[in-house]
Amino acid sequence: MTSRARRRILPGFPLAIAITAASILLFVIVPLSTVLATTAQLSPSHFFAVAFDPRARAAYSLSFGASFVAAGLNVPLGLLFAWVLTRYEFPGRHILDALIDLPVVLPTVALGLALTSLYATTGWLGAPLAAIGAPIAFTPAGVTLALTVIGLPFVVRTIAPVLSATAIDAEEASAVLGATRWQTFRHVTLPAIAPALVTGAALAFARALGEYGSVVFIAGNMPFRTEIAPLLIMTHIEEFDDAGAAAIAAVLLVSSFGLLLLVNRLQRQTAARAGLTLQPAG
Amino acid sequence: MPHRPPHTLPTADPLAVRATLIAFAIAAFVVLFALPVAIVLAGAFRLGLAHWAHAVADPATGAALRLTLTVLAAAIPVNVVFGVAAAWAIAKFDFPGRAAFLTLIDLPFAVSPVIAGLVFVLLLGARSPLGPWLVRHHVQIVFATPGIVLATTFVTFPFVARELIPAFESMGTSTEEAALVSGATGWQTLTRVTLPTTRAALISGIALATARAAGEFGAVAVVSGHIGGRTNTLPLALASSYESGDTSAAFAITTVLLVFAVVTLAVRWTVDHHSRRR
Repeated sequence: MTSRARRRILPGFPLAIAITAASILLFVIVPLSTVLATTAQLSPSHFFAVAFDPRARAAYSLSFGASFVAAGLNVPLGLLFAWVLTRYEFPGRHILDALIDLPVVLPTVALGLALTSLYATTGWLGAPLAAIGAPIAFTPAGVTLALTVIGLPFVVRTIAPVLSATAIDAEEASAVLGATRWQTFRHVTLPAIAPALVTGAALAFARALGEYGSVVFIAGNMPFRTEIAPLLIMTHIEEFDDAGAAAIAAVLLVSSFGLLLLVNRLQRQTAARAGLTLQPAG
Repeated sequence: MPHRPPHTLPTADPLAVRATLIAFAIAAFVVLFALPVAIVLAGAFRLGLAHWAHAVADPATGAALRLTLTVLAAAIPVNVVFGVAAAWAIAKFDFPGRAAFLTLIDLPFAVSPVIAGLVFVLLLGARSPLGPWLVRHHVQIVFATPGIVLATTFVTFPFVARELIPAFESMGTSTEEAALVSGATGWQTLTRVTLPTTRAALISGIALATARAAGEFGAVAVVSGHIGGRTNTLPLALASSYESGDTSAAFAITTVLLVFAVVTLAVRWTVDHHSRRR
């Protein structure tokens, strides 16, 4: 008996799939298509004029640039946390393991307030940094900092299962064959976790691209300098400029959907290579 | 070779490497996580416990807490019903388009919170095609509680389903088949076999969805229209206090939200460890 035939024994498929399809239609497809429908009402020249005016272009380059740098910083940072949490025993490891998910469950605006207070020119860390000529709050560096904190758990949670489940057998073999610890890391561990690293970085990038709450306070929101794309959408909404908001939203949506498809592909590859099912990074 | 200490294993790192990496990780944790939380606590309790209690007991904060709880009571059940239905259909059956469903469920994760709010303004706002009809019938959705519920449901849509689908999948179908053969109805099988077996994933999904729903800011800021005291959720009340210069109130509300977050982590951690031990 194939598993396909076995599965048909269970009842309730029509009802379950009907609820699923109706919910997806109502809560996902219809709302999201309004962005595209509103954008489609604009003529191509009007669309380009509002979606790619100089202020919007500055917002995209900050959003994409800061998200990219944050995701890049999260690769070594995430690897460090995942390595320490899966490979070492030390006092406080369980606390660190639990609290690393804090940015996922802490409201973004609370995190933003906390980071702004710490890194403002009057804050505990912001004051000494500003004194040496490296202010963080109200600069693109502040935006990048907030996006790094937001994205870090995604990278840690994507690498950690691979690091603890698969890499260690190959490392033992490599060590037995006479490789040094560094050679083993460089030629055995790193290639094994590379797909997971890329997946985690892509997840962090996708999350950072749309992030709003943790950035609003620390960015200072100066047009052309520290204004991210989601904030520009907010500005258009407040000015009752639905078409302008929809046009920028369409640009962001298309970018994030492309990323999501890429991440899904990478996750399938990672899972296949590691021989395990990855928990979704919530 | 009895009693070989772990650091002499061939895959163990030298002590100096271990100490350095742990030190770096803890330093990064302090700078990115611990100090921000510490400065919030310091700010909230700087003027003493009474001042903190006064800020938390403020009527506006109470109204915001009530609205947040109302939104949770409406959005979370929708997520649970959808999550269970989606997991049953997707994990227990094979059908064409299964992968497409998985991608569609994930979509809200890839959408900026601001866009999640915008879509409901475009769909149901006063300037939308439906707007005039809604106004004529005195139905206010955007800039009112229903809009906040809709936007919150959208941003939390994937949470329960994404936790349940792998759990439903990994338990297989044999226990359910045994229940059905023994005469259980489909509903009894779901509520007495499937859901108890996957309880950890369900609780974890609900905890994550609750944390996100209670803390959502961007989507809710767009659809609420910031009417103080009436359509302020806790995160919006925090932002209003901060923007009006009342930072000690903002810090006080942050401590309340911090408690929500730590409880969520504790719930997840507990069910995680409980299910791993079994």
